[in-house]
Amino acid sequence: MNEKIEKLIDKKGLRLDGRKPDELRPIKLEVGVLPNADGSAYIEHGKNKILAAVFGPREMHPKHLTLPDRMAIRCRYHMAPFSVQERKSPAPSRREIELSKVIREALEPAVFVEYYPRVGIDVFIEVLQADGGTRCASITAASLALADAGIPMRDLVVACAAGKADDCVVLDLNDAEDKLGVADVPVAYMPSLNAVTLLQMDGILTQDEFERAFNLALEGCKKIYAMQKEALRTKYLQVKEVEE
Amino acid sequence: MYFEKRQLVTPGDLLAEGDYVAGENTYVEKNKVYAARIGLAECDNKKVSVVALRSFYIPKVGDTVIGTVMEVGFNGWTVDIRSPYYALLRASDVLSRPFKPQNDELSQVLDAGDLIVAKIASYDRAHDPQLTVAEPGLGKITRGQIMKVTPSKIPRIIGRKGSMISVIKQETGCQIILGHNGVILVTGKTPEDEELAMAAIEKIEKESHVSGLTDRITQMLKEEKAKREVKQQ
Repeated sequence: MNEKIEKLIDKKGLRLDGRKPDELRPIKLEVGVLPNADGSAYIEHGKNKILAAVFGPREMHPKHLTLPDRMAIRCRYHMAPFSVQERKSPAPSRREIELSKVIREALEPAVFVEYYPRVGIDVFIEVLQADGGTRCASITAASLALADAGIPMRDLVVACAAGKADDCVVLDLNDAEDKLGVADVPVAYMPSLNAVTLLQMDGILTQDEFERAFNLALEGCKKIYAMQKEALRTKYLQVKEVEE
Repeated sequence: MYFEKRQLVTPGDLLAEGDYVAGENTYVEKNKVYAARIGLAECDNKKVSVVALRSFYIPKVGDTVIGTVMEVGFNGWTVDIRSPYYALLRASDVLSRPFKPQNDELSQVLDAGDLIVAKIASYDRAHDPQLTVAEPGLGKITRGQIMKVTPSKIPRIIGRKGSMISVIKQETGCQIILGHNGVILVTGKTPEDEELAMAAIEKIEKESHVSGLTDRITQMLKEEKAKREVKQQ
């Protein structure tokens, strides 16, 4: 299927899905979708569909994983077997284990882990449908789930990728651009504090291109951040209105 | 200040800048106060705080809590107090004499599943909370009904200087014990009295953000009581 694609950017400067280079995919966010979890969120980022659930803070099991001076965060990123075109084995792959760690480390700076020593929280991320940029969408959803669980946080973490397709720096790569493009730069960011919590690069960019991609990703993050806040408000305003 | 009173804020929202003190659920970074939880922002005398809409119970020494016995151990019990930390209750504290493992069978005093009212005797970052029942009114719960609310709502149920709770106690004739961990024990003469008290508490939890609540609760209780008297006649 992908062999037919020769150009990622057409003559008009538009991308395969008709977006401009600095345009995000449509995003839908929902908070508190899973009643069994302490906090949860659902994101649709383009064709990505991802659920995030948070349990805790609670006693950490097995006990040896507790940390004496802070809260332990355990994160599991998992792709459903039906999330990609070819069936994916449900067993955690090398890539999923790595992404679990990367996502955990992107969320950790936002949480006040030092407030509650010896306890643990579990973050479960379930990718129902994948279309490039799942790690970013996962971080965006997981930080909403953490806030929904009532865990004290410095800021919401929001993530977005930028990269290079053909010879154009573009924002928010989709699957085709990710696979056939030149480079991919995922960025996780805390806008209020202006702090980056995740920065990766896959591919080759010149210094100038990298800077442009990075700034483009930050702009994308800020746009998604507004949507995140809106999603939280929508849920809790409902609560507030019921109360009034 | 960057917010209106009782405005809904989310983590990371800038609340105030400059000469302000960070209260509950907020933090300071470079002389700016930010929100740390979802809640309603408030400012009282230069102290900015957020009343959390979602939170969990963190033990504090002196708090009254209602917990469930989870496990009978060698020299005490493990108690679930609806907190990330399990609480410990020592056998010598309950027996009020030295505990001898060869004479005393702990599960006959308190067994798994039993509910207790207790006070937090000690707690700090390095140790799990310890409970005590060595005060009048504390100990195993034998009758009454239990209800659970968000821990952050407990102060509202107590009311200013206990005004709200005393109204409910007076009107229903129930004994009410409020656990700071969000568990409430209601004991009355009849199940109907208990039900009425619980309905009132539920109403407080739902409408905790509207002013003049004490008056409305009084009215509601009086109306319900009048209805019941009509039925009985």
